[in-house]
Amino acid sequence: MGFVIPRAAFNQIIETLARRYRLYAPVRKKGAGRFLDTDVIMYDEVTTADEIVFDAKSDYAFKEALTPLSEVLFYFTEATTQEASFDNRPLLIFARSCDMHALKRLDQIFLENGPEDVFYQRRRELVNFVLMGCANSFDNCFCVSMGTNIAPDDYLFSVDLTAEGVACNVQDEAVAALFKAYGEETADVVPAHVTENKVKVNLPEQVPFSVRTDPLWDEYTVRCINCGRCNFVCPTCSCWSMQDIIYTDNGNVGERRRVGASCMVDGFTDVAGGGSYRKKNGERMRYKVLHKIYDHRQRFGINMCVGCGRCDDVCPEYISYSNIINKVYDASKEGE
Amino acid sequence: MGHLDINVGKLKKNAFRYSKVRGETASRVRIPGGVIDAASLEKVVEIAEKYGNGVINLTNRQGIEIPGIDLEDMDKVNLELQPVIEALNINQTQENGGYPASGTRNIIACPGARLCPFGCYDTTAFAQKVDKEIFPNDRHVKVAFTGCSNDCAKVRMADYGIIGMTEPQYDPDRCVSCGQCVDFCRRRSVGALTLVNGKVVRDTQKCIGCGVCVVYCPTRAWTRSEEHYFRIVLLGRTGKRNPRLAEDFIKWADEESTLKIIKNGYAYIEEYIDPNAVEHKEHIGYIVDRTGFEKFKEYILKDVQLSPKAEVAQNIYWGGKHYDSF
Repeated sequence: MGFVIPRAAFNQIIETLARRYRLYAPVRKKGAGRFLDTDVIMYDEVTTADEIVFDAKSDYAFKEALTPLSEVLFYFTEATTQEASFDNRPLLIFARSCDMHALKRLDQIFLENGPEDVFYQRRRELVNFVLMGCANSFDNCFCVSMGTNIAPDDYLFSVDLTAEGVACNVQDEAVAALFKAYGEETADVVPAHVTENKVKVNLPEQVPFSVRTDPLWDEYTVRCINCGRCNFVCPTCSCWSMQDIIYTDNGNVGERRRVGASCMVDGFTDVAGGGSYRKKNGERMRYKVLHKIYDHRQRFGINMCVGCGRCDDVCPEYISYSNIINKVYDASKEGE
Repeated sequence: MGHLDINVGKLKKNAFRYSKVRGETASRVRIPGGVIDAASLEKVVEIAEKYGNGVINLTNRQGIEIPGIDLEDMDKVNLELQPVIEALNINQTQENGGYPASGTRNIIACPGARLCPFGCYDTTAFAQKVDKEIFPNDRHVKVAFTGCSNDCAKVRMADYGIIGMTEPQYDPDRCVSCGQCVDFCRRRSVGALTLVNGKVVRDTQKCIGCGVCVVYCPTRAWTRSEEHYFRIVLLGRTGKRNPRLAEDFIKWADEESTLKIIKNGYAYIEEYIDPNAVEHKEHIGYIVDRTGFEKFKEYILKDVQLSPKAEVAQNIYWGGKHYDSF
């Protein structure tokens, strides 16, 4: 069902929805950037539409709603354990097409890869989506190359801010009832999507083993500073580490926590006995890139990368991951 | 050339240099904060080519000196300088009269937050703001602004050195114990951070508010405080008798108090300056050496309302090399 409604009416709908759902959307965090007076757009709970940033790509991804950066799983003392409290109110996440495709990858990783991950699953069951249309491609996006520029259908409604008003394709009956209170149903509204990005990548069908030892990775041993920003902003990176914490003032009490991990950051491959693998940053880059465009596909049939370009947006060393994909493509052809 | 009859005192107070080359002077172009628009710089070039010897000196305090100017051309140079003075928003006592004084020196600023990743405030803007408040003034005062504790502007050699600070804000829920803040604080700063049970503990006594943790945090667990803070260091100096670095006065000062403290110093100078000082100029530090720091402190803190966060030094003891006594 299509609706084109005034912004004021849209704002009221959002406020109504905020009473039914926890709304989770990209917001501008003023001054939260690395440098003075620089903002960061990241996800947070909102209660009004005006808080939501529609005209820019978020720097950090929605995934934090499903895989928090730091989460206490349970507390333990002597012979007892207690699960940490959990907010089980339904969530409504504002996301773009690439992000919704990323959800499919997260589902594969957490739900279709051996036993289901209950901590992911319990959140996943609460999640609903609002699709934010993309009238234009943002910097570094390459969703068209990745085939993620058109969103999957499982959203409650879409949002496009147009000159005529807020255009929404409403797919959920309950939400449609809400929209009908503010305006007549119009002809079909198709969520805006981009058909071309400035950045294009060529994806190798097969990556011969020779690419894994190709000198192309050496450059990144020098340039990459293994800060892991590319992982932390990525909507599909979801690795985590487990931490058992013993409280300092009482050694009989503690908590188990899981926190985000990055395959670029030191310590990721540390194993018992002092072993550590992929010590060079170029090796870490190889592992990450091939995981995104090859290894995940080998197991799950689709590429892990969705082409949102956030890794390129955030890299402090101006390393372009999309450019690396093209280098891998060229090296793969040579290696055939 | 007619007979030269120049009032040297007036010349100096009009921002011209007494040159070793007889009959010549140099025009001193004050540039608060060291930022000049390209059009004004072109004008400076024009003056150097028309009245000077085609050479431009970049001064130690981010100003410009145009040497090789005939003493008889000073009025003409002042006229030519007018658009520059207006573009730089310099307080002027007489239109077309050039720069009005040279006692209080050009205010230095590092590039600060306009360019530098580590800058904790807009150094240029603060320098320009203070310049509007204290210039022109015949008293010999040096003020310098630097964006962070790196002190690229070498403010510890000024009477008032202002060092930018941020109070790091920590969100443990966004922290994944990657340890980069701890590592970089140790390697690039003072080592005020430690990981305890997977979260970061900041030693607030040790922390110098440089913001290195904020710059290196990959998840935005560390962010800057909304407030800009300053460390005020006092009475550093170069020179013959007792060159020394400035010492810490206030940590976590606010902008308004900082401005007030700099302004307040002038009343102290008027009261206690050596009446026989050469050219009526005396570094404040030497006056303080006579009166004691307590008296100076009383003057500069007059009507200053510091926030409870500000840590004020009870007393200050300067070091440095004493060439005047053994």
